[in-house]
Amino acid sequence: MLGKDKTLDFLDKKSKVALTDPLMKNNPISLQVLGICSALAVTVQLNTAVVMTLAVVAVLSVSNTVISLLRTMIPGKVRIIVQLSVIATLVILTDQILQAYMYDISKQLSVFVALIITNCIVMGRAEAFAMQNTPGKSFLDGLGNGLGYGGILISVAFFRELLGNGSIYGYTVIPESLYAAGYQNMGIMVLSPGAFIILGLIVWVHRIASGVEED
Amino acid sequence: MEHYISILTKAIFIENILLAYFLGMCSFLAISKKVDTSIGLGFAVIFVLTITAPANWAIHNFLLKEGALAWVNADFGVNGTNVIDLSFLNSIIFIAVIAAMVQLVEMTLDKFAPKLYISLGIFLPLIAVNCAILGGSMFLVERNYTFVESTVYGFGSGIGFFLAIASMAAIRHRIRYSNVPPQLRGVGITMLLTGLVSMAFMAFSGIDL
Repeated sequence: MLGKDKTLDFLDKKSKVALTDPLMKNNPISLQVLGICSALAVTVQLNTAVVMTLAVVAVLSVSNTVISLLRTMIPGKVRIIVQLSVIATLVILTDQILQAYMYDISKQLSVFVALIITNCIVMGRAEAFAMQNTPGKSFLDGLGNGLGYGGILISVAFFRELLGNGSIYGYTVIPESLYAAGYQNMGIMVLSPGAFIILGLIVWVHRIASGVEED
Repeated sequence: MEHYISILTKAIFIENILLAYFLGMCSFLAISKKVDTSIGLGFAVIFVLTITAPANWAIHNFLLKEGALAWVNADFGVNGTNVIDLSFLNSIIFIAVIAAMVQLVEMTLDKFAPKLYISLGIFLPLIAVNCAILGGSMFLVERNYTFVESTVYGFGSGIGFFLAIASMAAIRHRIRYSNVPPQLRGVGITMLLTGLVSMAFMAFSGIDL
C-alpha cells in the first residue's frame, strides 16, 4: 500500500519505510507499547494534546538527528548517558520555549513536558535506530515515530473532550437541543479512568485493523 | 502530624501517581504480568522514591532555586544584586541525581542486604528511567513541599505505585483463563482493567482531609 504512494517518491525506499512505518503498522504506542507515561495526563483537551505532540515530534526528530551525527564518536560504554544528556538538553530547550511563548499552555502541561526525558520512545529510537543509521534517515524515523505517537494522543484527546465536555478544540459541538432532550456529558471521561478506557479501546481497534495478537 | 498523614493518604490513594497521573505506565504494563516480580518492582520504587525525593528537594532548595545560592554569597540571594536562578536545570540535574542514587542504593544493598539485593535484581537499575521517580521529584518542586513533606510524599507515592502494580498483577493472574478477545489480550485488556482500578481509587477522593 505504502509503496504505491507517489507523494513520497523523492525519498528512497528505506527512508520511506522509516517515516511511514511508525504511523500505522508499527505504531509506538499501540503496538510497541512505549511512552504512555507522559502521554495520558495531557489528553483531557485537544489543545494540550496538540502542543504535547509538537513538543515530542520536535525533541524526537532533533535528538535522533543529533545522536546519529554523533554515533561514530560515542564510546559504546557511555552511550546511554550521552543519549540522555542530548535528550535532556533538547527537552529543557523545548520547555523554555513553551514558557516564553505559550505560558498558559505550559502551565497546564506542568511537569509533563519535562517528563519527555524519561519517555521510552525517545530513548528507544535513539538506541534502536539512530545509533545505526545516517542522520537523514534518523530524522525521518524520529518524525514518523513522533507523529505516530501524536496520532494516538490526539485521538484519545478528541474522544475525551467530545464525550467529557461536548466540545472539540474548545468549540462546543453538541447542540443545545440534545442536552434539552436529556443528553449529559460523561464526567468520567475528564477523569483519569476515561483515558485508560479510551486508550484500551483504541489499542483494541488498532490491533484488529492490523491483525496483531499477543498471548 | 495530621498534616503529614494527610499528605501520605493523598499520595497513596487520592492522587495515586500511577492511576491519577499516569506516571510509570511503561514498567507497569510490562512487569504486571507476574505477581512476585511486580512486588519486587513495587518495593524497589518505594525504596528509591523515598530516598530521591528528599535528595532532590535539597538540591533544588540549596542549589537551583531562584536565590538559593545566597549561602555562597549574599549577592546571589533573592534580594541581592546578582540573583541566580538555575531552576531551568531542574530536570537534567534530577535525572542525574536519580541515576547516581540508584547506583548508590544498589551498592549499599549489595554490601549490607544481599538477600534483598538479589530479590530486587534487574529492577533497581531499570528504575533510573522510570517516569514515576522523576515525576515525584518534579511534583514536589511544583507544590513547594518542605523537607519532611517531600520525604513523606515520596514514600506515599511509592506505596501508591506498589498497591497499583500488585493489585493489577493479581487481577491479570486471575483472568489468565478468561476468554478475552484475541486482539484485546495483553495491553488492551490491561488498560481497560487499569481504568476500572483507577475508578475504584477515585472513590477515595470524596474523603476530606
